Amino acid sequence: MTPSLSTLLLAIVALPLAGAIATGLFGKRLPNSLVGFIACGTTGVSFLLALITFSKLLRTPLEQIHDLSFNYFRWIQVDNFVANFGFMLDQLTGVMLLVVTGVGFLIHIYSTGYMASEGGYYRFFAYLNLFMFSMLILILANNFLLMFVGWEGVGLCSYLLIGFYFLKKSACDAGKKAFVVNRVGDFGFTLALLLIFWTFGTIDFRAVFARAASFPVEGFASGGTLTTICILLFIGATGKSAQLPLYVWLPDAMEGPTPVSALIHAATMVTAGVYMVARCNALFVLAPKAMMLVAVVGALTAIFAASIGLVQNDIKRVLAYSTVSQLGYMFLGCGVGAFAAGIFHLMTHAFFKALLFLGSGSVIHALSGEQDLRRMGGLKEKIPLTWGTMLVGTIAIAGFPPLAGFFSKDEILWQAYASPRGHWLLWLVGVVGAGMTSFYMFRMMFLTFHGQSRMAADVEHHVHESPRSMTVPLVVLAAGSVVAGWVGIPHVMGQYLGHPPNAFERFLEPVFEHPLKSEAGHGTEGLEGGLMLGSVGIGLVGLLVARTFYLKNPALPEKLKTRFRALYITLLNKYWVDEIYDDVIIKPVKIISTYILWKFRGAGGVFRKLQSGYTRSYAGWILVGAVFIIVYISFS
Amino acid sequence: MENSLLTIVTFLPLAGAVLLLTLPKDNFKLIRVLALVIATTTFLLSLFLFFYFDVLTPRMQFEQLATWIPSLGANYHVGIDGISLFLVLLTTFLTPITVLSSFNSVDRHAKEYFICMLLLETGMLGVFIALDLFLFYVFWEVMLVPMYFLIGVWGGERRIYAAVKFFLYTMAGSVLMLVAIIALYFFNGGTTFDFSTILSNLQTGRLTLTATEQSWLFLAFFVAFAIKVPLFPLHTWLPDAHVEAPTAGSVILAGVLLKMGTYGMVRFCLPLFPEATLEWAPWVNLLAIIGIIYGALVAMVQPDIKKLVAYSSVSHLGFVVLGIFCFNQQGIEGAIYQMLNHGISTGALFLIVGMIYDRRHTRLIEEFGGLATPLPVFSTFFMIVTLSSMGLPLLNGFVGEFLILLGAFKANVTYTVLAASGIILSAVYMLWMYQRVVFGKVKHERNKVLPDLSLREKLILVPITLLIIWMGVYSQSFLRKMDSSVNELLRSFQSTAVVFKK
Repeated sequence: MTPSLSTLLLAIVALPLAGAIATGLFGKRLPNSLVGFIACGTTGVSFLLALITFSKLLRTPLEQIHDLSFNYFRWIQVDNFVANFGFMLDQLTGVMLLVVTGVGFLIHIYSTGYMASEGGYYRFFAYLNLFMFSMLILILANNFLLMFVGWEGVGLCSYLLIGFYFLKKSACDAGKKAFVVNRVGDFGFTLALLLIFWTFGTIDFRAVFARAASFPVEGFASGGTLTTICILLFIGATGKSAQLPLYVWLPDAMEGPTPVSALIHAATMVTAGVYMVARCNALFVLAPKAMMLVAVVGALTAIFAASIGLVQNDIKRVLAYSTVSQLGYMFLGCGVGAFAAGIFHLMTHAFFKALLFLGSGSVIHALSGEQDLRRMGGLKEKIPLTWGTMLVGTIAIAGFPPLAGFFSKDEILWQAYASPRGHWLLWLVGVVGAGMTSFYMFRMMFLTFHGQSRMAADVEHHVHESPRSMTVPLVVLAAGSVVAGWVGIPHVMGQYLGHPPNAFERFLEPVFEHPLKSEAGHGTEGLEGGLMLGSVGIGLVGLLVARTFYLKNPALPEKLKTRFRALYITLLNKYWVDEIYDDVIIKPVKIISTYILWKFRGAGGVFRKLQSGYTRSYAGWILVGAVFIIVYISFS
Repeated sequence: MENSLLTIVTFLPLAGAVLLLTLPKDNFKLIRVLALVIATTTFLLSLFLFFYFDVLTPRMQFEQLATWIPSLGANYHVGIDGISLFLVLLTTFLTPITVLSSFNSVDRHAKEYFICMLLLETGMLGVFIALDLFLFYVFWEVMLVPMYFLIGVWGGERRIYAAVKFFLYTMAGSVLMLVAIIALYFFNGGTTFDFSTILSNLQTGRLTLTATEQSWLFLAFFVAFAIKVPLFPLHTWLPDAHVEAPTAGSVILAGVLLKMGTYGMVRFCLPLFPEATLEWAPWVNLLAIIGIIYGALVAMVQPDIKKLVAYSSVSHLGFVVLGIFCFNQQGIEGAIYQMLNHGISTGALFLIVGMIYDRRHTRLIEEFGGLATPLPVFSTFFMIVTLSSMGLPLLNGFVGEFLILLGAFKANVTYTVLAASGIILSAVYMLWMYQRVVFGKVKHERNKVLPDLSLREKLILVPITLLIIWMGVYSQSFLRKMDSSVNELLRSFQSTAVVFKK
């Protein structure tokens, strides 16, 4: 007898929680190996159960999937407001479930090697398991409030893990910054939640979307309730998924241990915003203005972050800005109505970005903690496995066929152009960003693995390939980065391969059923092929420029730096956004609070002034009062 | 038995206080253990109230009525409904914890200290169960006395100043309320102080008040309650009182005393003066919102942890007032829930501050830093309580805040947007404080050797932590007990209010 789906989902979520409680409460007294076993075991079983769930889902008839919703207990009920603790399952959840538990499991294994010599081993795994629990709640929730529980939960784990090295002030600052900036986004999410409830009378996803179907598409100029809801939701997404203007926390989040950067700040948590927008596609399609906002913010973030990534010297920061940029692509896809493409890129990105981060972790591990690209170089022969797998990841993210990133990114770029909600400008921005992506990724590869060694002597002496627990996940993820895209081969290419359908898009189609389908797109297959060649071409340009700069002619970038000094400094200092926020918001608020608000004495201050202690003064007040009373009586 | 259970719960601490009086002064250990036993027994007895509470009826339960002063028409009339039930439980829950927390920190007049604590408990319980205005007023005043002594005798350096300030502020409000109670008594014919009778007279039209009369009576009651809450701009006594009060005093002050103000608003202002309440509601809400933001901003820049927590109370209680004055089920139940949350979380914060004060005799943030290294267990509890105070989902604070915002949104969107900014600010001031106290390297040499939590201290924090999680995860077990009473309150409120609008 196989367990029911409802039990399966509950077990998938409960296992990591049990792991977190076990390692958190008793881990201090347990040997590290047991702690690692508990943490990996619970996540691993979760992954297995997720696979079983997914196969069950595949065998469930389409029309029944719509009813897969399980309420476990009533959390809050006041008057007509009801919030259940309940999960739902559909194709979108299924994909996310596999990504989160699969990548999560690999990163757990990797961490047993990476964290082996760190203090607070049990604490790390307790947080990591707690993160899995929260993330699974986020994607499985069947209502907005429970999703918000997961949403805040992953934020908390992110905070705890960024600040994992709590002795370092910069790590604590980064954790706090992440939490607070996310709270700004949550402000939007919360208001959206309130507005959703008072508009639809429920917070259950399926009920809300069903009721929204009777709403008309809102005018672009006028907007309306749905537009407001969607913009507020998107504010939430910009916080969690590090989009303009709230992206500032993610680069700093690299203070956390590298497996955390891979799992939370690349593969899973930061994609929660994309998931949320895709989940609410039924609302977004009715609010064209909000969708355009999503697309524009996505495109701008994609190119903005990529431009910063061009000049960063810290290996993890390059990857961090790359993540911000790639998330921008996902939003660009969602914003033009290609939700499936956005989720497709989310999935492929989870593979190759997790791979790249874990690879960078392997590099850092080999170099005794060195993260500066300027003090690396020539590592290719010393850590060949790391090099090979990272190269796969780099090719994948740069968008060369037939690796994963090519299919998903190209689908987004094509839709950005051809979708009824698309525009050639969005496409252009995306393509320029793609060129930059290719450049900064190969720059990172060349500086790390090729050319002359620039390492310090004692560091160089210790260089070693990472243990099996770290390299095996790298290889698995590299394999994923190669094949993950093949589930979504576009028709224009597929016709030469015996017409395999774009399986991924077709699979998700039931989730993204909406009126947009009937709107006519523009562009032909010939054009699609042309644009595809164009974006691969610009990727190639990026690669070649990076090769010229960092392999052939290392003096050239220095010359350019002096030639375009202002531009270089601007990029290097990340457009001074942090400094601007600091001066315009944080400092004034602190000063006003300290020197004006705090000094305010309240109502007591008024009475204090009246009580001078002098009889004369009291006599004066009595006189004033008496006069007032006489005047009042004689005139009333 | 059932009829007098409420009376037994209320007066058991008083009886205990009398018993303590007979004990010799120098047997300190016996005194404190006995005080703990009495407070714990009271709590266990009060659990019967929770389990035997009938969720279906909006009426008063465990009611008891006896003639007290026949010449005045004052009765001993007590009872609880879904609103007061939880405040009674909050009081009986926090008292044993505060008694336990003072085991080692009372350095003088220990016997009198524990007597004060027990007297205070009886006074507070009386306020929440009284259904006779005269009785209510007596308890309201009686409770002030032990609190005054707690601050004035066992407080910090400026304890006299703080105690007097506390007393003056509260008295100013009390006098207004007394006048209003007497006025109401005479308007009603001067025969009874019974709250239920006066209320039903008002609702059936046997007693009518003009709009002006209502307005004045409302204001008199409201100001008395608003000082207690404290509502901006009447809050200035609070930081002083908190900073000077001993730990247990702060816990009770924040945990229970402040709730008397908000409880009074729900119990008396709304049903007795619905028209005036509606009329003044926009102003009240405005002050509540100013309080939310002001309290949070000022909390952010406090150098003293206790003051920070005190100002955060101003912010949290602003939420409660906002919830009450949006007049719908979500808002009011959220407000009651938030009263409990604040009592538990802020109470716990004061206990935690007390624990490091016991070790270092300072509460300045800059004196700490890096406590996670010498005090890992302490830091973990501190983290959970901090998160609960910030309203993290699955912990108690979130449910109350969210329901209040949900209710407020229906009443006024602008107010809600402003109030919701409080959720950003609370993260700022709490996390910043936590970071400066707990994270980083140990800044001061003396902090390196501090001992981690003792068994006694863990016994204090574990029940609180469990409650924090229970209230956050299975909120329905509490909320459903409020439903009928709040529903009934709103039903009568709205029927009167509709008449007024016509």
